[in-house]
Amino acid sequence: MKTYLPPKFIVERDPERCIQCQVCVNQCSFENHYYDAEDDVVRSHEGKCVGCHRCVMFCPTGALTVRRNPLDYRENYNWRSEVIEDIIKQAETGGVLLTGMGNDKGYRIYWDHLVLNASQVTNPSIDPLREPMELTTYLGRKPDKVEIDPNTMSLKTRVAPQVKIDVPIMFAAMSYGAVSINVHESLARAAAEAGTLWNTGEGGLHPKLYKYGANTIVQVASGRFGVHQEYLDTAAVVEIKIGQGAKPGIGGHLPGEKVSAEVSMTRMIPKGTDALSPFPHHDIYSIEDLAQLVHALKEATNYTKPISVKIAAVHNSAAIASGMVRAGADIIVLDGLRGSTGAAPKVTRDNVGIPIELALASVDSRLRQEGIRNWASLVISGGIRCSGDVAKAIALGADAVYIGTAALVALGCCLCQQCHTGKCAWGICTTDLALTKRINPDIGARRLANLLRGWSLELKDILGGMGVNALESLRGNRLHLRGVGLTDTELEILGVRMAGS
Amino acid sequence: MTEKVHSEKTSSVVKIDAYGLSHRELNEKLREVVSNGTQKIELRNVYGQRYIGTDLNKAVEIEIFGVPGNDLGAFMDGPRIIVRGNAQDGCGNTMNNGEIIIHGHAGDIIGLSARGGKIFVREDVGYRAGIHMKEYQDKKPALVIGGTAQDFFGEYMAGGVVVLLGLNLKEGEPHKARFIGTGMHGGVIYMRGSVDNYQLGKEVGVAELGEKDYQTLKELVGEFASYFGYNAEEILKQKFSKLYPRWLRPYGRHYAY
Repeated sequence: MKTYLPPKFIVERDPERCIQCQVCVNQCSFENHYYDAEDDVVRSHEGKCVGCHRCVMFCPTGALTVRRNPLDYRENYNWRSEVIEDIIKQAETGGVLLTGMGNDKGYRIYWDHLVLNASQVTNPSIDPLREPMELTTYLGRKPDKVEIDPNTMSLKTRVAPQVKIDVPIMFAAMSYGAVSINVHESLARAAAEAGTLWNTGEGGLHPKLYKYGANTIVQVASGRFGVHQEYLDTAAVVEIKIGQGAKPGIGGHLPGEKVSAEVSMTRMIPKGTDALSPFPHHDIYSIEDLAQLVHALKEATNYTKPISVKIAAVHNSAAIASGMVRAGADIIVLDGLRGSTGAAPKVTRDNVGIPIELALASVDSRLRQEGIRNWASLVISGGIRCSGDVAKAIALGADAVYIGTAALVALGCCLCQQCHTGKCAWGICTTDLALTKRINPDIGARRLANLLRGWSLELKDILGGMGVNALESLRGNRLHLRGVGLTDTELEILGVRMAGS
Repeated sequence: MTEKVHSEKTSSVVKIDAYGLSHRELNEKLREVVSNGTQKIELRNVYGQRYIGTDLNKAVEIEIFGVPGNDLGAFMDGPRIIVRGNAQDGCGNTMNNGEIIIHGHAGDIIGLSARGGKIFVREDVGYRAGIHMKEYQDKKPALVIGGTAQDFFGEYMAGGVVVLLGLNLKEGEPHKARFIGTGMHGGVIYMRGSVDNYQLGKEVGVAELGEKDYQTLKELVGEFASYFGYNAEEILKQKFSKLYPRWLRPYGRHYAY
């Protein structure tokens, strides 16, 4: 069938600069560039470019420019080019539209409507360059009260297992199979260096990464891939994945092509078979059932590590979160509307779930109202872009955040949203061995650790500016936030006052 | 209450009275006993305690008198559990290795996501039995059910062998499960007795058994018969049908790229 899809991008090659070196041909995994041996010249196809800019970045002479195809349809705000092209794709394939990364639609980003406070005159700000500033966070269930033995001055209360992180920023779940082994290694090493945690996602853990266990969160999802005793024992935290912000309510299909020999080993399934994650966990149809799996994992790890439960932020998150905490979760994770994915139906990614800022505020408020906020740590993810977002999240009530997209951008991701094709030219979201080599774990870990260092320094500046010297003083302290350009209802849900009031 | 007695073979059996113990206390006791190198444990007065055998990775034999609770042998890696009674839901959940032999009925999702080991049930099982069982390298889980099963039997199967014998069905009485093998993309189901096409998931094909199938069946039914006092040859005389996944990638054409 002839495709009616117009090229999305146009590649311009400056003939003055191009030296026919074919770097672009080798770098482009989407086969947009090719070498014409007859004419001894490098050319580009139209229509295959996904706009990942790999070739632009690696062209030694700067001969390439990638621009959006102007697509001069008649102006129509309703029938935008994306809408038209989606219809064309489906008319030609009859399938569910797949996509990668997070929701790219124009839903309100509440972080951009929240502003932070600072000290002026009435209390002094603190200069973090010269005074200690505390970002340390302990994840896990906190007791309602602590008892001290007056004779020995030691703690009498049996405290649930806690995991210490030096920065309140962790790497979000990205499974091996979705991302490459070198991405996993980069994340693991950066987490170890920065004193934080990374998350395996639901695809198991490669044996060579077991040594980073103290910095690893392992996931148990509906597919139960690669879940076995050693996997659970190695981890610092075990996370039950119920849902994901990019595709609330639905499971996942890792296509057989991505199940390479190594992926087969960590997922413990035969090579080349589809890895299907069912929509629900079939042993969890209720909060009571969730409690059952939480406690099964506590038994399986002999009560030595916190059990986390991750859900996508949906309409009833607050009530569900209360159930999760009461079910025994030591950490609860909310993944918002803008959370990313290696592959999800576009219709789900773009239309299902609620913004994380609102979910966070309502869950934190609800748990406080019920007097159980201390029973679990609250972690959020889905669209954290900078340390400012982190600070606002902490002030809204989060204990820590996960970053996924930001971490991948640090590794080179340009958000071309082709993760589901497995052809990632940056070597991130692929299991192709040749492409995988494009991420060097030495450099990857350095870039990620640098990012965390930068954000940590910024967080300390923000705290210092507020006149507080510990993240704990900002946590859930919504008086440090004010809203700009929000309705009364939005302010009410966020529990934040209007700027100026 | 833990007492040590000596059986005839002079191997020591540890008896534990589970009455009034929470699952946590009971499992703590089991861990402690197993770490001492005990080979055989008898659990008396089990009243629904969950997760028995979870977190045990040694080849210990645990005989349970009473009704163990949900998630019996979840994540288990090695022990052999014999239940003198019925088992509840989630039996053998994500099990890696070991055996569970149930002298009675079992509840829903038995063998959920199991990757290895064997489960034998003398009577019936509930819904979604054998769901998402997998196999990997030398690991190939087996689930043998003496009675019949409810709907979504063998759903999402990605590997392993499931045998449904229907021994308690009357002559000519069909299995009642519907949506058998829905989403199946690996493994095999052997069913004794009749099953209509409308009962099968659309991803499932039906075939005659081959030489290899009979070999597998003979081994598993033989083991089943030896546990529950049946005559394996009698069981094997009746016709079996083989259900297999028609596609290894049932959803390959589901998406537009």
